[in-house]
Amino acid sequence: MSTATPTAAPVEVEDTVPAAWTQEERPWLVLVWNDPINLMAYVTFVLQKLFGYSRAKATKLMLDVHHKGRAVVSSGSREQCEMDVYRLHEHGLWATMEQSE
Amino acid sequence: MIFRRRIRRTRAGTFAIRLPDDERELLRHLPGQLRELLEADDPALERLFPDAYTDDEEASAEFSRLMKADLVAGRMGAVEVLEATVDHTEVDEEQLSAWMSVLNDLRLVLGTKLEITEDMGEEEMLASPHAHLFGLYHLLTMLEGEVIEALAAGLDDAGTEV
Repeated sequence: MSTATPTAAPVEVEDTVPAAWTQEERPWLVLVWNDPINLMAYVTFVLQKLFGYSRAKATKLMLDVHHKGRAVVSSGSREQCEMDVYRLHEHGLWATMEQSE
Repeated sequence: MIFRRRIRRTRAGTFAIRLPDDERELLRHLPGQLRELLEADDPALERLFPDAYTDDEEASAEFSRLMKADLVAGRMGAVEVLEATVDHTEVDEEQLSAWMSVLNDLRLVLGTKLEITEDMGEEEMLASPHAHLFGLYHLLTMLEGEVIEALAAGLDDAGTEV
């Protein structure tokens, strides 16, 4: 696992910083995976309704799911992401969450 | 010729529904089947309750332990709303959302059973011993598409994201 950070200046990292700290800081991501059953219009509708996304943004995410097999639809704390996954599962979307690398 | 939508948003913000008797009849009976599967925690419903974590079975099991009862209850509630409004010619947004939920769940269960794929052709479906189920799947797909179109017409295209 890489601990490199994309900052402009080199950052001194003390050896004593616990690994758990950086682990804790990494945001969680919610992904929606492609499936052959949910309608494209439905996925777009659900993303608009649940996240308040514009039609254009929801459509782009839906097309990413369709063509790339998955897309990150939201991110945040573990608790926020669990709630998003819950709402997506309520709507029958195939959603999972994972911590960003 | 003027094509009149079978499910359309009214000026009052409700939804007018015009469906033939045979489709109403289907909608009268199918939700009960979903309820039976939910009550039995039938394995056919696996697709409705996917793992919540991409690569963490333990966390997924914990999520399921905490959340599944609510997810089941929500789906049961939608079944009840559809059953109570199946003969209505006008429903509100919440009621139509329940219709959509049940239609989508039924398609997920049926589509999973039929092993639907994105590039499955009509010939393949008609040649299947389950041709009648493919027919039902298509009818549900058409109906759900009409419901989505009606509901989506009420969304703000610009979104509300801040």
